[in-house]
Amino acid sequence: MYVLIAGGGKAGANVMRTLLRNGHEATIIEQDRNRFERLESEFEHQAMQGDATELFVLEKAGVKRPPDLVLALTGDDEDNMVITQIAKEKYGVPKVIARVNDPRNQPHFDLLGISPTVCATSSILGLVEHEVPEHDLVHLLELRKENLEIVEVQIDKSSPCAGTTVEKLRLPEGARLISVMRDGKAEIAVGKTELRPGDQVLAVLQPGKEDELRQILLKK
Amino acid sequence: MKLIVIGCGRVGSTIAKRFAAEGWDVTAVDENESALSRLGENWTGGFVRGHGMDNAVLREAGIEDADAVVVSTDGDNTNLVIGQVAQKRFGIECTVVRILDPARADFYRERGLRTISPTSAAIEALSDAVRSCEIPQKQEVRV
Repeated sequence: MYVLIAGGGKAGANVMRTLLRNGHEATIIEQDRNRFERLESEFEHQAMQGDATELFVLEKAGVKRPPDLVLALTGDDEDNMVITQIAKEKYGVPKVIARVNDPRNQPHFDLLGISPTVCATSSILGLVEHEVPEHDLVHLLELRKENLEIVEVQIDKSSPCAGTTVEKLRLPEGARLISVMRDGKAEIAVGKTELRPGDQVLAVLQPGKEDELRQILLKK
Repeated sequence: MKLIVIGCGRVGSTIAKRFAAEGWDVTAVDENESALSRLGENWTGGFVRGHGMDNAVLREAGIEDADAVVVSTDGDNTNLVIGQVAQKRFGIECTVVRILDPARADFYRERGLRTISPTSAAIEALSDAVRSCEIPQKQEVRV
């Protein structure tokens, strides 16, 4: 596989190292002189200095072949959006992955159809949510392409659904319960499964249906 | 008519003042409060301090009922993203974006964004200026 990496910070350099170790071909582009020199001493001719949002820089790095994958991992979200747009739409790169530095920019990536994206801050926040019980609905996984997400809900005594079977729940359109975890054991949620206080329920739903689901399961 | 100018430097502020003088309702957006001084003491239009990548800032500037948007911050890629947000998210048909790099300006123009490259304009103007010079013939020097 041939991979083009834009951005030679910690993320870029480590991905580069791993790809090469696994026998792939890769080029890494870094704008900053000092960083580039460090990369060059390690990766030699496979490191390039330049602004990866410039077409001639991308072309020099072989974007016309085109690569199987372009990774936009710079510390600048605008740059990452432009790099992936150009790679995909001008050079027909089949797959791109973009790093989101500021989670507030995620809607812009989505608007421009850039997927998949990776955001360290959002991942950390997701883990924090998972650890903090006040959050009644925990996001476990987002399947952006499929427009679905998987969430976890803790059923308590005051939940209106406690004592009800799954088939009697008026779940919102576009939402399903996947499994019920009780006393450390997970079971697939079927129509006859009865929900009880203390259950941890996994649900799959379309983003935006969280409040409706919360209303049915928790009445909050 | 309502115009939003994002990036109120030399170019943005002059455009803002020009359209305001023509009777447009103009709001300028810039990260720095100091940009307001470029609009002059008699500025009666709007000014919002904030980053153009922030949808809340764009809404505060009134982008939802704008007739036109000019994007002229000092970053090409920032302009490309803000321009696409104005066009695609807020549906502003007349979105005009300044892009210094001619190659990126061309690519995004093909994709339906109105990009203007001052670099291309300068190249044309300078070339024309050279061609229009009357250059005196040099006398041949015999050796």
